[in-house]
Amino acid sequence: MIEIKNLHKSYKMGSNSLHVLKGINFSVAEGELVSIMGSSGSGKSTLLNILGMLDEADSGTYTLDGLPIKNLNEKIAAQYRNKFLGFIFQSFNLISYKNALDNVALPLYYQGIKHKERVDIAMSYLEKVGLADWAGHLPNELSGGQKQRVAIARALASNPKVLLADEPTGALDTKTSYEVMDLIQGINDEGRTILIVTHEHDIAEMTKRIVNLKDGVIIDDSKVNQVRALSNV
Amino acid sequence: MFSRDKWSEILEALTSNWFRTILTAFGVLWGIFILVILLAAGKGLENGVKQGFGGIATNSMFMWAQTPSKPYKGLPKGRRYNFKISDVAAIKQNVPNLKYVSPRNQLGGFGGANNVVRGLKSGAFNVYGDYPEVIKQEPMDITSGRFVNYSDIEQNRKVAILGAGVINDMYDPGEEVIGSYIKVNGVNFMVIGTYRKKGNNGNPEENQKQIYVPFTAFSQAFNMGETVGWMSITAEDGSSITDLKTQIFDVIKSRHSIHPEDDRAIGNFDLFQEFSKINGLFIALKAVAYFVGILVLLSGIIGISNIMLIVVKERTNEIGVRRALGATPWDIRGQILMESIFLTIISGMCGIALATGIIALVNMQLDGVDTSEMMFANPSVDLGVVFIALSILIISGLLAGLIPAQNAIKIQPVDALRTE
Repeated sequence: MIEIKNLHKSYKMGSNSLHVLKGINFSVAEGELVSIMGSSGSGKSTLLNILGMLDEADSGTYTLDGLPIKNLNEKIAAQYRNKFLGFIFQSFNLISYKNALDNVALPLYYQGIKHKERVDIAMSYLEKVGLADWAGHLPNELSGGQKQRVAIARALASNPKVLLADEPTGALDTKTSYEVMDLIQGINDEGRTILIVTHEHDIAEMTKRIVNLKDGVIIDDSKVNQVRALSNV
Repeated sequence: MFSRDKWSEILEALTSNWFRTILTAFGVLWGIFILVILLAAGKGLENGVKQGFGGIATNSMFMWAQTPSKPYKGLPKGRRYNFKISDVAAIKQNVPNLKYVSPRNQLGGFGGANNVVRGLKSGAFNVYGDYPEVIKQEPMDITSGRFVNYSDIEQNRKVAILGAGVINDMYDPGEEVIGSYIKVNGVNFMVIGTYRKKGNNGNPEENQKQIYVPFTAFSQAFNMGETVGWMSITAEDGSSITDLKTQIFDVIKSRHSIHPEDDRAIGNFDLFQEFSKINGLFIALKAVAYFVGILVLLSGIIGISNIMLIVVKERTNEIGVRRALGATPWDIRGQILMESIFLTIISGMCGIALATGIIALVNMQLDGVDTSEMMFANPSVDLGVVFIALSILIISGLLAGLIPAQNAIKIQPVDALRTE
C-alpha cells in the first residue's frame, strides 16, 4: 500500500539546515495497523506529513497504492488527500460551527457529492462510531472521546485507502484512549490500512507493528502481538 | 459556483459570529447610504433648479437687431436696421435642424408708460405680437379660453390672451374676462384666453403681467410693417442651438448687408449656453457626491477587508483542516471571496434600501409643500445609479476579499496539525 524508498528531508533554519529524515525505507502492506514511535524531534511528524502529502520529501520515492506521489501541485495534492487519505488529529480539529454530521460530511463536500447523498453517507459513518444520536450536536457539546469518534468518522467518510492518525489519543484520558483504540482496531479488522504516530507505549502495543524512529532513521521495525484495547477498558 | 452547498457554507461561516458580521456590514452600509443620499440630494437640487426654468425650451436663443459696427458695401457703421418678417422664412430655409423660429414684436416693457386701458382702469404691461409656436418655447398654462392660433395670424384677428397679473389689475374680482375688450395703445382687442406661467426664472410677477396678441394683428395695429423686433429660435432636440447660431447670423448678415465679421450687429442671448453652465454645475456636484460617497464606502470596505483578515487568522486551524480534507486552494479562495462579496452586497443592499427609504420619507414631506420656491424638488436616484452602486459593491467586495483570500491559501495544512 505504502512504499517509501530512501526518503530524505531537511529544513532550512536560517543559515544552517536541519536534516530531519535521513534515508527512510519503509513499506506498509494493505490492512496493516502500524504505529510510528519516537521521541520528539525524531522526525515522526515529518514522516507523517510526507505520507499525508502535506509536505514533500527532498529526495527518495513515495508510492501510494502503486501511484507515485511526486511533484504534486496544490490542487492535485488536495484531490489525492481527499480520495486516498483520512486524517485523525490529536486535537480533533472539528469545525466548531458545524454539527457532528456536517463535520463528517465535509470531505464529501469537497468531492462534490450532492447534499442528500452526503448526509446519508455521513450518517452511516456516525452510526458506525456509535454517535448517530449526536449527529445534530456541535463539537463543543461533545466529550473528548466523542469528538475523536466524530473525527474518525470524518476520516472514514471519503472511504480512503489509508488512515493517518497523529497522536489520536494524545488529548484523551486512558479509558477514553482505549475506547478510541478499540474503534480504530475495529476499523483495521475490516481491512483498512492505518498508521498511528504516538509516543505512548501502551497505545503502540495495540497496533500490529511498531516502527521506531530516532534522529531521522528507523532503528527498529518489528511486528508485535496486538493487545486488544477492549480487554483493557 | 452558486450551488446551494456553497451558500450554506458561506452563511454558516458568516452567522457563526453575528455581532462581528453586523458591525462589519455597517461600514459598507454607511458608505453606500451616504453615496445614495448625496446623489439623491444633488438630483433634488437639480430638479428644483430645472423646475425653476418652468419647462422653457432650453435649447433656444433669442436675438435682436443692434447697430452694425463696421461699414460694409457702402453702408456706414452705426446705421439702424431691423429684422424683416421674410428673415424668418429665410432662416427656416437655410438653417437645418431648427424646431421653431418665432418672430416677436413688443410694446411696453419695464418701466414703460401706461399702454393698456379698460374702462376706467389703466396699466403698463408688456404686449407681445407672437406666433402660436411661442407657447411651446415659453410654456404657460392656459387657464381659460385658448392661445393664439394660425387662423388668428392669417386673418389678422385682434384678439388677446391676458396674464393673471393683467386680470388682477384690470378687472374686478369675479368679472367675466373672456369676450371682453381691452384697449392697447388705443386699439381694441378681444380677450380670448387667460394664462398663468410656471417657473420662477426672470421675474415671476412680471411674467404674469403680459398680453399676447397675434403677430400679424400686432404689426397692422401698431404700424410695424415688415419689422420684427426679435426672434426666439429653438433647435431640434438632437442638435444644439449654440452650434447653429452662427449659421443663423450668417443668413441675417447676408440679407441685411452686414459685414460678415461684424459680431455686434446682432444681439443674442443663448439660453442653451446658460443652461449648459448650470448643467455643468450639476455634473460637478454629482462628481463630488461620487467622490465623497466612494471614499466613505472605501473606508467601509477596508473595514471588511480588515475583518476578513482577522477571520482568516482565526480560522487558520479550520482552513488547514479543510485543506487536509481535500479543499483545493481555489475552494478556500473562493469561499473567502464569496463571503466578502456576499457580506458587501447584503450590507450594501441594506444601505441602498435605507437611503431610498429616507428619500421616500423626504419626498412624502415635500409633497405637502409647494416646492417651486425651494430650489429643491423630488430628490431621487434612478435605477442606473443603483446599478452603478451595486457594481461598485461587487467590485469592492472582491477587492476586500482579495488579500484575505490570498492569506488564507498561504495557510498550509501542516499548520493545522501543529496546534498543540
